[in-house]
Amino acid sequence: MPDASNGETQWPLWEIFAQEGEGAPHEHVGSLHAPDAELALQNARDVYARRGSIVSLWVVPSVAITASPSDEAGPFFEPGADKVYRHPQFYKIPRGIKGF
Amino acid sequence: MPHDAQPNPDETALNERFEARIAAGETIEPKDWMPERYRHQLIRMMSQHAHSEIVGMLPEGNWITRAPSLKRKMSLIAKVQDEAGHGLYIYCGTETLGVDRAELVDQLLTGKAKYSSIFNYPTLSWADMGTIGWFVDGAAIVNQTVLAKASYGPYARAMIRICKEENFHKKQGYEIIATLASGTPAQNAMAQDAVNRWWWPSLMMFGPSDADSPNTAELIRWRVKRKTNDELRQRFVDLTVPQAQAVGLTLPDPALKYNEDTQHWDFGPIDWDEFWAVVKGNGPCNRERLQARRDAHEKGAWVRDAADSYAAKHQRAQTSSAA
Repeated sequence: MPDASNGETQWPLWEIFAQEGEGAPHEHVGSLHAPDAELALQNARDVYARRGSIVSLWVVPSVAITASPSDEAGPFFEPGADKVYRHPQFYKIPRGIKGF
Repeated sequence: MPHDAQPNPDETALNERFEARIAAGETIEPKDWMPERYRHQLIRMMSQHAHSEIVGMLPEGNWITRAPSLKRKMSLIAKVQDEAGHGLYIYCGTETLGVDRAELVDQLLTGKAKYSSIFNYPTLSWADMGTIGWFVDGAAIVNQTVLAKASYGPYARAMIRICKEENFHKKQGYEIIATLASGTPAQNAMAQDAVNRWWWPSLMMFGPSDADSPNTAELIRWRVKRKTNDELRQRFVDLTVPQAQAVGLTLPDPALKYNEDTQHWDFGPIDWDEFWAVVKGNGPCNRERLQARRDAHEKGAWVRDAADSYAAKHQRAQTSSAA
């Protein structure tokens, strides 16, 4: 039962991830409300997989997701931005080499 | 998340950064800071859009049992089910703005919320199913193709998903009309009658003219909208006139005329009095639609209760097997 006493007015929220074809990654497609994981899967099938291409679904309680900070996105991801030596363009190879 | 009513220096800086991101064509995501007014406008637009999908099931749902063949019946059921799905995509997008779906549904059921005025017109014949797919879904595609580039990520992503599915809606409708138009004289007349009744309400779907749409400038600056109501309406007219000609039906507007200078179809004045009357709740079916939604919600309560009981039973079984 949705518990109205603590401000909850409806079923828990689930985030839905769908795999579109064998070998593809699971990608976030949206969310839905359901009382438990089994019914979340059933509903996710009806809402997000009405057409043939989906081969797998994951349902994850929204509260289980921890997201990176939005107001510190700059500093948080900076370590990935200032290391040019992680990219192949950083390196020189002798001229004349083809098909490296 | 606390939002101060008073602008403070912090907020001014945040606002500037937000406007700069919008100007740079960046996508705004739920966890990003956004002005209260941007949030408010999106909740208004997206919830109205979601409600329209849900109420939009009713005029067509009426005809499922009367579809003229099994093929048409299957298509119509699939289309109506899609509309339910589309409503859910957009409700879930709206929830990312911090509003509860239960609250939005409540606003719809109590008559506080608005939805597209088109669904307050009655569906009188089978040809109306064709015309709705052709005009109403056609107009929705024109509108949604542009919204798929909206600055708010969850809205744009829902629109992309919807546009992919909705092409079938328009095509099945046009096929119904083309079939009727090339059928017996009575079938042709039925198609023409439906076209005559749905044409003007379909043009009204794009909303008030730009001169009477005070929100447009702001929504365009924020890239929530990418085109004005009048621009989208013109695009719909330009697309639809040749489609009507191709099946030998006429559109009920004596002023409809191709303008060589503008390369667009000029059309006659829209009856805005009718538009506002329907928006304000006095269309032919406003009360009937709301009552049908309320009935569906109440009569569906047992499904929600059953889902609760089922989940609780499984929870107990898991707890006892773990103990």
